[in-house]
Amino acid sequence: MRNIFLVLKREYLVRVRKKSFIVMTLLTPLLIAAFYGIIIWAAVGSFNNERKTIQVIDESGLFKNKFKSDANTTFEFISGPIATAQKQLKDKEQNLLVFIPADIMDRPKGVQIYAAKNIGPMQQNRIEKIVQQELRNIKLSKAGITQQVIEEANMNVDAQTFSLNDEGKTQSSSTIAAYVAGYAAAFLLYIFILIYGAGVMQGVMEEKSNRIIEVIISSVKPFHLMMGKILGVAAVGLTQFLLWGILTFGVTTATQTLFGFNRFTATQEVLNKQAEQADPELKKEMEKSQSNTLNTVNTFMESAQSLPLAQIFICFIFYFLGGYLLYSSLYAAIGASVENQQEAGQFTFPIMLPIIASIFFAQLSINQPDGSLAFWTSMIPFTSPVVMMARIPFGVPAWEIALSMVLLVVGFVGTTWLAARIYRIGILMYGKKVNYKELSKWIFYKG
Amino acid sequence: MPNILEVHDVVKQYASHRALDGVSLNVPKGSIFGLLGPNGAGKTSLIRIITQITAPDEGYVLLDGERLRPEHIQHIGYLPEERGLYKKMKVGEQLLYLAQLKGLSEREAMDKLKIWFKKFDIKTWWTKSIEDLSKGMQQKIQFVATVMHEPKLIILDEPFSGFDPINANLIKDEILELRDKGTTIIFSTHRMESVEELCDHIALIHKSQVILKGSKKEVKDQFKEHSYSVRYHGTLESLPADFEIISHKIDDEQVNKANIRLIGNASVNALVGNLISQVELVSFHENIPSFNDIFIKAVGGEIPEEISSLR
Repeated sequence: MRNIFLVLKREYLVRVRKKSFIVMTLLTPLLIAAFYGIIIWAAVGSFNNERKTIQVIDESGLFKNKFKSDANTTFEFISGPIATAQKQLKDKEQNLLVFIPADIMDRPKGVQIYAAKNIGPMQQNRIEKIVQQELRNIKLSKAGITQQVIEEANMNVDAQTFSLNDEGKTQSSSTIAAYVAGYAAAFLLYIFILIYGAGVMQGVMEEKSNRIIEVIISSVKPFHLMMGKILGVAAVGLTQFLLWGILTFGVTTATQTLFGFNRFTATQEVLNKQAEQADPELKKEMEKSQSNTLNTVNTFMESAQSLPLAQIFICFIFYFLGGYLLYSSLYAAIGASVENQQEAGQFTFPIMLPIIASIFFAQLSINQPDGSLAFWTSMIPFTSPVVMMARIPFGVPAWEIALSMVLLVVGFVGTTWLAARIYRIGILMYGKKVNYKELSKWIFYKG
Repeated sequence: MPNILEVHDVVKQYASHRALDGVSLNVPKGSIFGLLGPNGAGKTSLIRIITQITAPDEGYVLLDGERLRPEHIQHIGYLPEERGLYKKMKVGEQLLYLAQLKGLSEREAMDKLKIWFKKFDIKTWWTKSIEDLSKGMQQKIQFVATVMHEPKLIILDEPFSGFDPINANLIKDEILELRDKGTTIIFSTHRMESVEELCDHIALIHKSQVILKGSKKEVKDQFKEHSYSVRYHGTLESLPADFEIISHKIDDEQVNKANIRLIGNASVNALVGNLISQVELVSFHENIPSFNDIFIKAVGGEIPEEISSLR
C-alpha cells in the first residue's frame, strides 16, 4: 500500500506541475467565460447598433403606420419615383429602401429591398414579417374577423412541465434543464475517460521505453505500480475537474457582475428612456418583453434547481472513477505491451469503440431516458458511465443506479485483473511484436 | 564464509524456451561474484528471479538463509544493463522517490543522498533534470540509486558500460569499498578483464545451465594446462619425454621464449633442473589461464573432463 501511494504521489505531482496541465486548467474556464462573455456582449451589443433609417415607398398605401420605429431603426415614409430614392440611398450607407408596389395584395412577392451594401437576413426577415402579417390581417378582416380577435389569437404557448415526486406533489421540472445537464455530464465523462485513459497509456509507454521500468519493478510489484499510476492520474483528473468547477463558477460570476447583468440593465434603462421620449407605446412593449425574458430565465433557474444536483454530482464522481478505472487499466495493459505509438493504435481502437459508442447511446437515451436501449446500455459496464450520466438528470429509479454501479465495480475489478496479468509480462518484453494471441497467452503465465 | 545467496535447482520456463534449467549456485557473503555467460544464456532471467521481478517455476532462492520474501527487496540493489531514469524529473526528487520505494523514509533518504552527493561532488545536480545531464552523469546517478539504501546484496549488470575510464575507476573503487564494508556484489558482465581484476568467485551460465563455478583459484586450477613459460639465452637441445615444448620463438629483445608442458606426474623442479643445465634462464613462470581463455574454452565446448563432471 505504501508503494501504491508513493507511485500515486509521484504520478500526481509530476502531472500537476506540468505546464500543459496548468495552462489547460486555467485556460479552459477562461475560454468558457470568454465564450459566455461574447454571447452577453453580443446580446448587449445589439442594442448599441447604429441607428438605421429605413425608407419606405408604399405605393399600395396599406402600410401607413404599420412599420413602427424602435430604438435602433427609424422608418421613414417617402414618396416619389424609386429611381431618385435609389440614387439618394447610395450616399447613406447605413440605410435601406423598401419598395412596396401598388398591387401587393395580388403579388406578395413584389416587395423590393435596396441597400447600398448588403442586407442582413435579420433585416430582411423583419420587413418580410411585417408585410406578411399586415397582408394576413387585411385578408382576415376582409373575411369578417375583427382586429380584436386577431390580436387575441396571437398567443404565446410555453408549456411548463412537472414531474410527480414520491409524495405525489408536483415539482416544477424542465426537460430542457435535464437535457442540458445530462448531455453536459455525459460528454464531460466521455472526454475525461478518453483523455485520462490515454494519459495512463502514455505514462506506461514512457516508463517502458525509458527503461526505468526494470529499476522500479525491482522495488515495486507490477500491480502496485500499475494501480499507483492509474490512481495518480485519476487524482489529477479529479483535481482538474474540481479546479474547473471552482474557476468556471468564479470567473462567470465575476463576468456577470462586471459586464453582464449590470450593463444589461443599464443599457435597458437608457433604452427605455429613449423609447419613452420617442413613443410611450414603445416603452410599454419593451418593458413587457424584458419581463418576459426575466421570467424565462427565472423559470430555467428554478427548474435547474429542481434537478437532483447533489445526486448528479455524486454519481458523476462515481461514474467517472468507475468508468475511468475500467478503461484506464486496459489502456495501461496496452501501454505495457507495445513499444511505440503506431503499435498502440491497433490495440486502442477496439477500446475506444465502446467509449465512442457510449456517447452515441447517450444521445439516443437522452431522448428516451426510460427506453430499453437506455436501460441496457446503462447497465453494461463499458457504456454505463456515460449513458447513466445522461439519464440521471431525468430521474432514474434507485435500484437501477445501484445495479449499474455494482455491475460497474464488477466490470472494473475484472478489467483491472485482466490488465494486470498482461501488464506484468508486457513491461519486461522488448523486441517482440505482440498480437492478441500473444496477449491472451500472457494472461495465463505464471509468476 | 557463509553464503548470502543460495540458488537451489531453479527452473524458469517461458512458453517454448527454458531460460533456466536446474540452476544452483552459492554467493559467499562479502565476495564480488562474477555471473558470466554469453548473451541469452539466462543471466537476466536469474537476476530477475533474485530481484523478485519474476518467480521461479521450480527450485528456490535463499537470501541470508531465508526464502525470498517481498521485504527482501529493500536489501537488494539492482543496476540493470539497460539504464533508465525519468528524463523530465529532477535528480534529487527522482533519487528520493526511488529510495522511498526501497523502504527508506524521506528523511533517511535525504541523509543518505547528501553523503553520496558530497562524495561524488555532484551537489549542484540536485535540481537539474535528468535529460540535461550527460550519459556518464546519468550513469553516476543511476549508480547512486542502486546503492543508496545500503543493500546487503548489490547486483550490477554491465556496470562499466557507458563510463569513461575515469568514471569507471571511480565506480570500481566504490565497488571495492562497498565490498570491504561487507556488502556482497554480484557482477554480471562480458568484460573479462574486469572479472579478472575484481571478482573472487564466479559462475558461468551457458544454455540455461551453470557449467562452471567456484572461487577464482578453483576455476583457474581446473583450466590449468600445467604449462610453463620460459625465457632464456642459449640453445635448448632436448628435454626428457616428461616435458613437451609446445611453442618456441625469439622475442623482440632477442630472448628465446618457450612454452613447456609437464606430462603425467613430472615435477616442476625436474624441469627447472633440466633447463638450468642447458641454458641461462631469464624468467620462468606458470601459465595461468585468463578468464577470457576460460570463457571461450568453456562456452566453445572444450570443457576439460573434470569440469564436465561438475554439470
